[in-house]
Parts: sequence; C-alpha cells; structure tokens
Amino acid sequence: MKFAVLVFPGSNCDIDCYKAVEQTIGQEVDYVWHTATDLSAYDCILVPGGFSYGDYLRCGAIARFANVMNEVKKAADAGKYILGICNGFQILTEANLLPGALIRNNGLKFRCHQSPLEVVNNQNPFTRDYEQGEVISIPIAHGEGNYFCDEATLAELQANNQIIFRYAGDSNPNGSVDNIAGISNKVGNVVGMMPHPERAVSEILGSADGKRMFTSILNAWREQHGTAING
Amino acid sequence: MKATVYVTIKENVLDPQGVAVQGGLHSLGFNEVGKVRIGKYLELELDTTDRAEAEARLKVMCEKLLANTVVEDYRFELED
Repeated sequence: MKFAVLVFPGSNCDIDCYKAVEQTIGQEVDYVWHTATDLSAYDCILVPGGFSYGDYLRCGAIARFANVMNEVKKAADAGKYILGICNGFQILTEANLLPGALIRNNGLKFRCHQSPLEVVNNQNPFTRDYEQGEVISIPIAHGEGNYFCDEATLAELQANNQIIFRYAGDSNPNGSVDNIAGISNKVGNVVGMMPHPERAVSEILGSADGKRMFTSILNAWREQHGTAING
Repeated sequence: MKATVYVTIKENVLDPQGVAVQGGLHSLGFNEVGKVRIGKYLELELDTTDRAEAEARLKVMCEKLLANTVVEDYRFELED
C-alpha cells in the first residue's frame, strides 16, 4: 500500500505523518508537494496539520486552491482513502470534500493536550480496528477546531453515521456541535479530524491509541485488494 | 474602481471573539454595549470601469474565497 503525505507551505505535521506510516505499518510513503499534478500512484492521501499558507484569510482557505487539491478531489471521487488531520481537516472542509466548517474555539484559547475520544463509528475504513464506543486518548493542538454545521447537515451526519469521533463525556475542548471531533463524507472514504492520531503511535509519546487508525486503513485496503493480512 | 468587502460571522454562529470583546468593554465600564460581532474588512482595487461586471465578479470572489458561506455572510460596496 502506498501513502502520500501532502506538504503545503506551512505544514508542520508532515514529518509526524510520514514517520507514523513508516513505524506503525511499514508501508511505502512519499512527501508530495502542493504543486503536484498526479496522485494516481497513491492508495491513501494524508493531509497533515500545520498552518498552510499562514492560515491567512481562514484556515485552509488558500491551500484549497493549490494544484494538488484537484488531484485530491479526483482521488476522493475514485474512492481512494483520504485523511485530513487538524489543518488537513480544515482544508478538506474548505475544499467541500467534507461538510461544515471549523471556527475559533469557543474559549478563544489554543488547546494543546491529550483528549479522550469516543469511537462513534467503527465501520469506517479508518476505524475498523477500534471497538464501537471505545474511548481512546489522542492529543489535540488547535485554536480553530470548533466544528460548526447547520442543523440539516448535522441531522444528515447523524443519519448517515458520518460522525466518526466525538470528544468523550464532557471533555468538548472547543465548542464543536454535538461534541464532534471527526467526520467522514457520505461514502466514508474521506475522513477529517481535529485530534492528531499520528502523534499517538507509541507509549513514549503518551499514547499508542492512534496506531490503530493506520492498521485499520491498511487492513481495509488489503481486504479491498484481496491481499493476505499479516499479523 | 475600488471595492470594499465586509465579511461577518452569520447571526446563528457563535462569535467567541465578539463575546470576549463585549466582556472587555463591560469590564471597562461601557455597560451600554450589547452584542459585539467581529468581522473582516477588505479593500480591493479593481482594474475595470464596468460596474455591473465588477459586481458580478466580486460576488464570485466572495463565494469562492473571501467568505466561507457555511459560517460567514458578506456584502460589498463599489466606488469609482
């Protein structure tokens, strides 16, 4: 399985994503610059966190028009797996690949700490190795992670099982509607989340709970391609 | 031609910055202050003399980039 980690000017979690793929599942992974015009070689595209284009105007607003985003759209339509983390999530909403928007945290502060997440949907390719309802510990680090969508969109997200992660219990750190921490598109191949699973792939980092997102996607891909699953 | 674009947070969306500034004004004794909303103000110089075309293109600029219409409203003014 082959992974692409997109790199925009101002991305700063690209190396973490790259290392997470290498160290959790040992699959091929490349950095792909925002000017790239072909992503057809990749099975999974990771849109990393950071401050693309300085987050000028709005988070993700400028990155959305980078050349590579046309390819991300094509890949999404082709059913490839796409995961946007933090700024990557903001970019995917700005690009209309995911519904809603991320606005300023309701407490105005940049929140940077471990966060308990409830796995709301474990039927998604990115979460199949988790238990339904399991609470995992994944760090957050954002100032604009307050997920907003209108009521009709929220009802649709709930009805289609598109809410993948919620901030567990009363731990909502930013005011997100319905405690939403991560969602998918209708089909389920595009996922966006504010917490950083790539920063939680080893106990040394404080949690290894993010590791199963990577094993999940590899297992989903292998199943789709009829490849034997190793350990 | 000069365009002035105002981008504001929709009425039904919480504006945490506005709430913080309202609290700040209250603590300074400006108790007459009700709701505060913070938005963006943009000045654009346009290389055109065709007002109708400028308006049509500004609308597209706002929809595509300057505002995120999920959470923001926009309006603009044009001067020659």
